[in-house]
Amino acid sequence: MKLNGAQILVKCLQSEGVEYIFGYPGGAVLHIYDALDACKEINHVLVRHEQGAVHAADGYARVSGKCGVALVTSGPGLTNAVTGIATAHMDSIPMVVISGQVSSAVIGNDAFQEVDSVGITRSCVKHNFLVTDIGDLATVIKKAFHIATTGRPGPVLIDISKDTTIDDIEFGGYPKTINMRSYQPEIKIESSQIDKAIALIIQAKKPIIYSGGGSVIGNADVELIALTRDTGFPITQTLMGLGAYPATDKQSLGMLGMHGTYEANMAMHDADCIIAVGARFDDRITGNLDLFCPYAKIIHIDIDPSSVGKTVGVDVAIIGQVTDALNALSTGLKGKKLADISAWWRQINEWRAVDSMAYQTKAGVIKPQSVIEALYEVTKGEAIVTSDVGQHQMWAAQYYPFDKPRRWINSGGLGTMGFGLPAAMGAKLAEPNSDVACVTGEGSIQMMLQELSTMLQYDTPVKIINLNNGYLGMVRQWQEFFYDKRYSMSYMDALPDFVKLAESYGHIGIKVEKEADLMPALKEAFAQKDRTVFLDILTDPTENVFPMIPSGAGHHEMLLAGRDEMASTNDKGLNLV
Amino acid sequence: MKHIISIQLENESGALSRVSGLFSARGFNIESLTVAPTNDATLSRMTIVSIGDEDIIEQIVKQLNKLIDVVTVTNLTATEHIERELMLVKINVEPSTQADIDQHIDEYAGKIVDVSENTYTVEIAGKSQRIDDFLASLDVSKILEVSRTGVTGVCQKREY
Ligand SMILES: Cc1cc2nc3c(=O)[nH]c(=O)nc-3n(C[C@H](O)[C@H](O)[C@H](O)COP(=O)(O)OP(=O)(O)OC[C@H]3O[C@@H](n4cnc5c(N)ncnc54)[C@H](O)[C@@H]3O)c2cc1C
Ligand SMILES: Cc1ncc(C[n+]2csc(CCOP(=O)(O)OP(=O)(O)O)c2C)c(N)n1
Ligand SMILES: [Mg+2]
Repeated sequence: MKLNGAQILVKCLQSEGVEYIFGYPGGAVLHIYDALDACKEINHVLVRHEQGAVHAADGYARVSGKCGVALVTSGPGLTNAVTGIATAHMDSIPMVVISGQVSSAVIGNDAFQEVDSVGITRSCVKHNFLVTDIGDLATVIKKAFHIATTGRPGPVLIDISKDTTIDDIEFGGYPKTINMRSYQPEIKIESSQIDKAIALIIQAKKPIIYSGGGSVIGNADVELIALTRDTGFPITQTLMGLGAYPATDKQSLGMLGMHGTYEANMAMHDADCIIAVGARFDDRITGNLDLFCPYAKIIHIDIDPSSVGKTVGVDVAIIGQVTDALNALSTGLKGKKLADISAWWRQINEWRAVDSMAYQTKAGVIKPQSVIEALYEVTKGEAIVTSDVGQHQMWAAQYYPFDKPRRWINSGGLGTMGFGLPAAMGAKLAEPNSDVACVTGEGSIQMMLQELSTMLQYDTPVKIINLNNGYLGMVRQWQEFFYDKRYSMSYMDALPDFVKLAESYGHIGIKVEKEADLMPALKEAFAQKDRTVFLDILTDPTENVFPMIPSGAGHHEMLLAGRDEMASTNDKGLNLV
Repeated sequence: MKHIISIQLENESGALSRVSGLFSARGFNIESLTVAPTNDATLSRMTIVSIGDEDIIEQIVKQLNKLIDVVTVTNLTATEHIERELMLVKINVEPSTQADIDQHIDEYAGKIVDVSENTYTVEIAGKSQRIDDFLASLDVSKILEVSRTGVTGVCQKREY
């Protein structure tokens, strides 16, 4: 049977098992929309802005572990999607973005709604394709899904010229397998590296496991828990890794890095052996590289060789799937005697006793930390929590201990304000039976507000927890500490009435101004199972995120709430963001 | 240190810009870059000369390997290899200097590929250093135009 390119695309997506497409139509993709209209198996979610489409596909992918799919038109459709694509790229999220392109005959002519989509996205995708020949279409789609979901996952863009969607050919079916000589994501773990790692591990007197997003992406929670329990080692996790190892377990030291716990950062600093599992030694983790982990031998597990030795030199590199590597380590350690680390645990428990997450309450104001604690209580720690970017993001990460992976959904690498709400919508579609909360701030939420409309249309009830401090709080915090309290442009004037706003979108809005109203409001919100509820919670505008390693400082130089005056940063720190 | 990196990549439109884009986006340096198809029409061979310390070159190789279109990456500098560059240079020749210039060209095994009024176009091939030396041996004011291909190279032993 002859099919046009648009029909072939839809058939291929069906064969890939695509359940949801998040998209927005336009001239270049009208044929595709026409073909989608005839397809019952794929649900299309019509967003209100292409960035929202990509974030929603991203949220869906992070929660389900499947590949997210977004569809946008040429020109402005594609440029609107770029922030979403870059966000997914930085956090290694599997995603296929399909964009329309002008007809091949006019490509390069500055045609209406033409942009060089492949050129614009090149540096923020894992790979991209321009398809101008219908004969290539099915193979390219197969390649795109293969590339997006294997190895270190990432977004892949398929740019399809309009004529390709109109032309027709005899469709030979979707390829079952694909082999690319230039892309071989299967990596076998080198056993010699495992042996070297074991030799370090059994001698370690001050070991620590530092686990990151790779443990979540690679679905390695079971293997991570096994290795951690078997060794009895302390474990700390990055912002992206939270949940792979249960945060409420006694071996967990919490998050590390700029806003990590005192015990996690001190343990990293003093450690003699660090096992890095799917983590990329980001600058939020390492702080001042000259002061980073001065005593440690480092074992680094990562599927991407370029993550290894990029910022920090390592002693043993284990390249491959995190599950394979952890299994190999566990097997290798069977029957081996480990060094006694009881003194190390005593030291760690002393650091723990410092209670770095303590915060001061103040009568008459709602502390943002207490909102997250209340959220945890009301949802029994079982909600999927998405977040935007800023102080509220850090508080959510710090005060909502995640015991399972794929429950904490946030933009870590790019730090994209606006991510939280559309991601929550994608998350809810991926897991309709879970409660989904979007922790946000009055700044961030205004970047993707329009998706409230999509959420009504597609009936994706989420609870929006707006920690409204009236400031671009994270910016204000840095200005307070490092710019002599010159609050340049960090104040949010003329805020909308969020309750009315939510109502005008057909949702429920609740304003919380008093501490006493917090619990009842949260309970009420979660009792409204099938409604999106916007909780506008007025929180302490002066609160800062602690602990904090000022940029430019070392792990052992961290500052604690109410105990340390925030000294100004050094020159090196001011150069960092 | 100078490194010669040899890349085999899919002969597809856009593959070149993926490589050059990678270098500019990550602030890696490119001294020269040459690219052309090979005996296998589906493959191109690219040779890049870059300057950087070991850590940077290691990242360059890793990042290149990560590009989906790249099939193989070899750091030629790390192995026995042969490198060549070709230059076309226009030289002003006066009767008074001709003998001298002819001798230089001979010494460097150059070829005069075109002669026009008062001008030679000379082809010189060899290691880049040899080409530099040839140019240095000339009176600067006599050099009218220089076009160099950049380095290309191969491993002495078979790659695979
Ligand atoms: C305001 C703000 C503050 C922040 N503060 C902090 C902070 O205090 N602490 C903190 O930790 N972060 C913080 N971040 C986040 C930070 O910017 C980085 O995003 C984060 O630290 C990176 O996490 P990661 O190292 O786990 O790497 P990811 O970005 O999650 O990378 C995953 C790594 O695992 C590898 N990998 C992927 N899949 C596999 C697999 N299957 N097998 C093996 N390896 C695999 C990848 O190659 C990659 O190297 C902050 C972000 C923002 C926006
Ligand atoms: C798109 C985008 N623009 C700018 C920034 C820089 N930025 C980081 S946090 C922040 C403030 C966020 O304010 P709000 O959402 O109110 O959160 P709060 O810090 O107050 O909790 C800004 C502007 C960003 N991360 N993303
Ligand atoms: Mg705010």
